[in-house]
Amino acid sequence: MKFDAKSFKLLSEWTYEKKPLARGYNMRTLHVDVGTRKVSEKPVSEDMKKRFIGGKGFGLRLLWDATKPSTTWDSPENEIVIAMGPVCGNTNYPGSGKSLVVSLSPMTGVPIDSNVGGYFGPYLKFGGWDALELQGKADRETIVFLDGNEGLVRIFEAPADLPQDTHLLAEALTHAFAKDEKDLQSVSVVSAGRGADHSPMGLLNFSLYDKRRGGCRVKQAGRGGIGLVLRNKKIRAVVARYKGVEQDSNGAADPAAVQRIGLKLHREIVVNDDKQCKMRKQGTAHLMEVMNDYDLLPTKNHKYGQDPKGPEVASWVWEKLFSQDVPDGCWFGCTLACAHAVDHFLLETGPYKGTKVCVDGPEYETAAGVGSNLYVYDPHGILEINFYCDTYGIDTISFGTMTSFLMECWELGVLNKERTDGIDLSWGNWKGACQILHDMAEGKRFGVLAGRGVKFLADYFAKEYGADPQVMKDIALHGKGLEQSEYISKESLAQQGGYYMTNKGPQHDEAWLIFMDMVNNRIPTFENKAEALHYFPMFRTWFGLQGLCKLPWNDVEPADNAKWPEPNKVPEHVHNYIDLYTAITGEPLDWEGLILQSERVYNFQRTFNIRQGFGHRKDDKPPYRAMGPVFEDEYEARAERYDKQMKEKIGIDPAGKTVAEKVKITREYRLKQYESLLDAVFKRRGWTPDGCPTPEHLKKIGMDLPEVLEVVKGRIEGRL
Amino acid sequence: MIKYLHTDDSKCVGCMTCTAVCSQMYFKEDNPAKSCIQVFGMGKGAFHLVACDQECRKCVMECPTQAITVSKTGVVMINKSLCVGCLACVAVCPIEAMRYYPGHKNPFKCIACGACAKKCPKEALSVREKEESPAARRPFEVAAAVSQGGKE
Repeated sequence: MKFDAKSFKLLSEWTYEKKPLARGYNMRTLHVDVGTRKVSEKPVSEDMKKRFIGGKGFGLRLLWDATKPSTTWDSPENEIVIAMGPVCGNTNYPGSGKSLVVSLSPMTGVPIDSNVGGYFGPYLKFGGWDALELQGKADRETIVFLDGNEGLVRIFEAPADLPQDTHLLAEALTHAFAKDEKDLQSVSVVSAGRGADHSPMGLLNFSLYDKRRGGCRVKQAGRGGIGLVLRNKKIRAVVARYKGVEQDSNGAADPAAVQRIGLKLHREIVVNDDKQCKMRKQGTAHLMEVMNDYDLLPTKNHKYGQDPKGPEVASWVWEKLFSQDVPDGCWFGCTLACAHAVDHFLLETGPYKGTKVCVDGPEYETAAGVGSNLYVYDPHGILEINFYCDTYGIDTISFGTMTSFLMECWELGVLNKERTDGIDLSWGNWKGACQILHDMAEGKRFGVLAGRGVKFLADYFAKEYGADPQVMKDIALHGKGLEQSEYISKESLAQQGGYYMTNKGPQHDEAWLIFMDMVNNRIPTFENKAEALHYFPMFRTWFGLQGLCKLPWNDVEPADNAKWPEPNKVPEHVHNYIDLYTAITGEPLDWEGLILQSERVYNFQRTFNIRQGFGHRKDDKPPYRAMGPVFEDEYEARAERYDKQMKEKIGIDPAGKTVAEKVKITREYRLKQYESLLDAVFKRRGWTPDGCPTPEHLKKIGMDLPEVLEVVKGRIEGRL
Repeated sequence: MIKYLHTDDSKCVGCMTCTAVCSQMYFKEDNPAKSCIQVFGMGKGAFHLVACDQECRKCVMECPTQAITVSKTGVVMINKSLCVGCLACVAVCPIEAMRYYPGHKNPFKCIACGACAKKCPKEALSVREKEESPAARRPFEVAAAVSQGGKE
């Protein structure tokens, strides 16, 4: 069905004067209240620019100011902030088109930040804004439209017959708002889907129009339930239009330097990628067999890290399924081009059964989360779940971890067909997993229940179905309410910290230390691990401040990277980033300064968690499944490894002990180790033993703003 | 058929007439760095000429905005109004015939116009035609295969 924006009912309109974007900044942000339908602009102060840099930093600053300690995810004042950062939007350096989305999360109650591709962010930026705040609650289904060429913001009522699921909605709105056929690539749509109406796993899809495919692709701001926040505000979609992207649209201080640095990496990718990660052919799915080989690929709710069936979903399987030789970047100029797709995929279930669609992905997290972790080794099953998660607006990571929890509960006898409304949740039954999704989209009981996430389900199953509360707690893989992403962390203490000592919950974007810790043994002591858990989260936070993607940092490396000191940091690429930042902003920067930029925002975010009543030491603890073997058969499956550790690390001879005793000894030891790690990491980060930034540390890093100090002093003095 | 600039290194004496003609024509100045044809000194009086062969078309395949297209005569052309200046085309060009000049928004390349060939004193350059090849067809096959209106 065709739609034309001219026929949409206009609710309000606001125009603004266009100003040139200079050195990566517009120095103003846009505020849209969908409740009052008022639109306004706010200046960006020099102090805000210096202290918060952009992207996630701007998002957190604006969200802090817009909300109160009592604000919850569904309060009208909660916002969805989409912010880009100064480096975002340059077309030369691969991975430069990211938007950072920040909101108070329905899953955790604290700010979530999600890094997403697609054209929306750069178009918003070139239209004149460093960030967009969406606040309030609409009284009817609403579409917000931003035209960056004409300098106007329009709020429309969404037509009643507009489709709701993303693959149809993004397509319909792209055509509705494009001036003509040639204008289609100038439009980007942010939307959710019917699943997001009913679940805190709801996500935002950011579209990009793909000229070769003649249709929209979508990238996901997946984590933390921002899709539910969007739908709770009755926003059906946010649409940005901008025509005329050029090499210097970002207003770089030194455009020739941006070209030079970008071209250097383009060439490195063209030469090295095929010998390294094969991102251009396989995307992040290249990791599948590597993780399976190292016992790190989540299998059956992270119980195991390996299975003989692993090769059935290995990278080469995906390479054959993905369309090859298509420039599948999520922003112009990304030659790493990991955003692959399976074209003309025939759906076998659900409302779109029998139609052929383009499936975006799967990326590694999806292939692992809804594949091996559910014991699904049929690529078709993975693709079908992937497609429906995307179009319903559901996060594949949370969905995968949640469904694997349900399947384990099925195996344990906690669930049966009566309790699942007839859905068979045996391991490997991807059609059962799809049925949960369809039920979620339609608002049916079990779908909605499942969609509440493992933290809720663990309590619910204990209370309603008499499940062992401790077992439920142990196998519900979440931190702060957010489901863990898809790497086995139990054999790497550092990675347990990398997952659970995060601000937003267990997501791999802060630190991935498994090989460094477990395979290469480069960080043996608590101090070594603490240093890594300081450096990497701070370094990786920087991508979110700038509007960058992490992947071109270390999913392609200079051919001689291993020869340099600290190759894990990929020093040459860090220098690229420093040069790129200076080329765009004109501001000098060095390696320490880069970390300092992040450290300020990281500590601000931690303080934000504290302000909302969280951010305690206890909030940073993993469920035991993330730390070690919960069950006896889990121990026995890796008995040799665990017995050896008991003898060598714990200093207890396992001989003659029952498996139950050995599970207990291992558990006690590992829990103690984690406490020691918490002590070391908090100390290194300049925090109290309860995980609160100290006023002295905030002063040292230049984040001693009065409102921040007030919060940390309140916590330290026991008032918060 | 594909129209292209044929180069004969054995006839080149390195006089740089071609680069002067080309850069004058497209950039209004005599500057080898702004010439679509390049002349490389190989020592001992030998030279190597580089210009797009119009046939490999890796740039056509790589361009995210489809700003790089193929003309009716088989020549690879850049549509500046669509070009976002990412330089991915420069990186994938196997013979570095896709060129850019620092600070200029768009890359540039030989379009087999023949201006240099007319002025070459040694007849080292000529505009010729050749048959289509599998490589030349590949970008169109890929686009057709992924088109949502297309067949598997």
